[in-house]
Amino acid sequence: MSTTTPIAPATVEDLPAAPRDWMPLLLIPILILLALPLVGSFPTWATLTIAGLAMGLIIFLVASGLTLVFGLMDVMNFGHGIFVALGAFVGVTTISALGGWTASSSFALNLAAIGCAGLAAAVVAGTVGVLFERIVVRPVYGLHLKQILVTMGGMIVAEQVILALWGPEARPMMRPASLQGSFIFADIAVEKFRLLAVCLGLTIFAAMSLLLNRTKLGLLIRAGVQDREMVEAMGYRVRFLFIGVFAAGSALAGLGGTMFGLYQEMVTTAIGAQMMVLIFIVIIIGGLGSVGGCFVGALLVGLASNYIGFVAPKVNLFSSILLMVLILLWRPQGLFPVAKR
Amino acid sequence: MSAAAAEPLLALEGVHTHIGPYHILHGVDLAVAKGRITMLLGRNGAGKTTTLRTVMGLWQASAGAIHFDGRNIAGLATPDVARLDIAYVPESMGIFSDLTVRENLFLAARKGPLDSARLDWIFGFMPALKTFWLQRAGLLSGGQKQMLSIARAMVEPRRLLLVDEPSKGLAPVIIQNLIVAFKALRAEGVTILLVEQNFNFASMVGDTVAVMDNGRVVHAGVMADLIADEALQARLLGLSLDSHQ
Repeated sequence: MSTTTPIAPATVEDLPAAPRDWMPLLLIPILILLALPLVGSFPTWATLTIAGLAMGLIIFLVASGLTLVFGLMDVMNFGHGIFVALGAFVGVTTISALGGWTASSSFALNLAAIGCAGLAAAVVAGTVGVLFERIVVRPVYGLHLKQILVTMGGMIVAEQVILALWGPEARPMMRPASLQGSFIFADIAVEKFRLLAVCLGLTIFAAMSLLLNRTKLGLLIRAGVQDREMVEAMGYRVRFLFIGVFAAGSALAGLGGTMFGLYQEMVTTAIGAQMMVLIFIVIIIGGLGSVGGCFVGALLVGLASNYIGFVAPKVNLFSSILLMVLILLWRPQGLFPVAKR
Repeated sequence: MSAAAAEPLLALEGVHTHIGPYHILHGVDLAVAKGRITMLLGRNGAGKTTTLRTVMGLWQASAGAIHFDGRNIAGLATPDVARLDIAYVPESMGIFSDLTVRENLFLAARKGPLDSARLDWIFGFMPALKTFWLQRAGLLSGGQKQMLSIARAMVEPRRLLLVDEPSKGLAPVIIQNLIVAFKALRAEGVTILLVEQNFNFASMVGDTVAVMDNGRVVHAGVMADLIADEALQARLLGLSLDSHQ
């Protein structure tokens, strides 16, 4: 028994591949196509579609970390929004400090400014996330009611700290010069920043998919979401996975906070709390613990919000909740339920 | 076979375990002979599963010592226990349903990549795992899931296997395969502690036996002696071998 091979044995040939559940993915094109006759105008529909995708992908950035924290750690972190707010404020501070780069007409410098802001936001939010897990979350593992109370309390305290550090005023967050305005193709207006948000969201999703499906670390995270005890019984220290996932989830929320601040061009201390409702809707739609479900759920929420906001603005407040109700009627465990022990 | 005389690889001395307010193990003394298959028998609620979980550190012993190869491992965290080359197959099987058969085995191979020759050896006992190599484990039948959970414990050489009720709900032909697999592991030098309710299965595979009741080991000895003594079976287990045939 001396020969080794990476994963697949040489003797296995022509075996059937695992079936994939494509139905939830079809919801996205179905929603997009259904919206076309409702919106009426093709250019408006295309503009709304891109705006919806951009919004959805920013929500995905923030929500993907929380769904893993839910799944792997069984922690109801109602304080996740604080990492969004922190990321937004660190982002706005960094962008302001790099005023020369953002005012420059050079696209590369503009992009570098956003990159630095996003990186700073992710590092600060990730570091605070580690402390938050150590101080606030760790004492209440396994105690759901206490988790809700303690993490909400932690969020209130952290919001006050942000108020003390950055002040109560809303802060404008100007997009860099070359990312302001829109491209116009055949009467379709596409905001430049939204295209960047789409590219960044898709890149992060691709990276997470690769990590979760193609690496041992990712497989361990997915296995830990299903049966944490068994992963430990196989000799892996889940505790370190917890800290890593919590830090990564917080860092992604921080990056999402910077992107959401740029999306709204305004940052307030309530930005995290504002997003929390959407985040929870997305991870419930997707199936708790499922990153793929979170991705589909975020796109559906972003698209539905933009379409309904245009077609029936008065209903828009309820659009995400309505979407969640309809999906849970179809799949009560969410689009991609994760099998738990 | 002089099973009773073999040196113990695992020895529990006066182990007590509490789960919340409940006192489950009341001073378990148990010796698991090196290179042998020890059967742990007893009625439901006797403390068999708690004993395995306590050895693995999934529940901590509140008193007593657990010696593995001479070292007291009571109080070690579960991953540290597993890293001593102790594999655990829980009654619930603990398979990762959303991962494929391949991915389940890949994770179980903690020390490095999967060894293709060893996989072929495992496929000899469990051919279904080869057939469903790329299928999600959640789609397997109950027997195939049990096979996968045991294959994970076999995918790398281990010193001690703790297996909780492997024959539960399995078809006779699959049980036969399990017996062959456990005997092959024993031939490889692996020590096995098997919790079982099925005395027929236990009598076919076990070298030594311990019987638990009310959180204590009430009998320990050679399996052949218990098989031969129906009165002892009836007293300890409330049944005879014939009643299972």
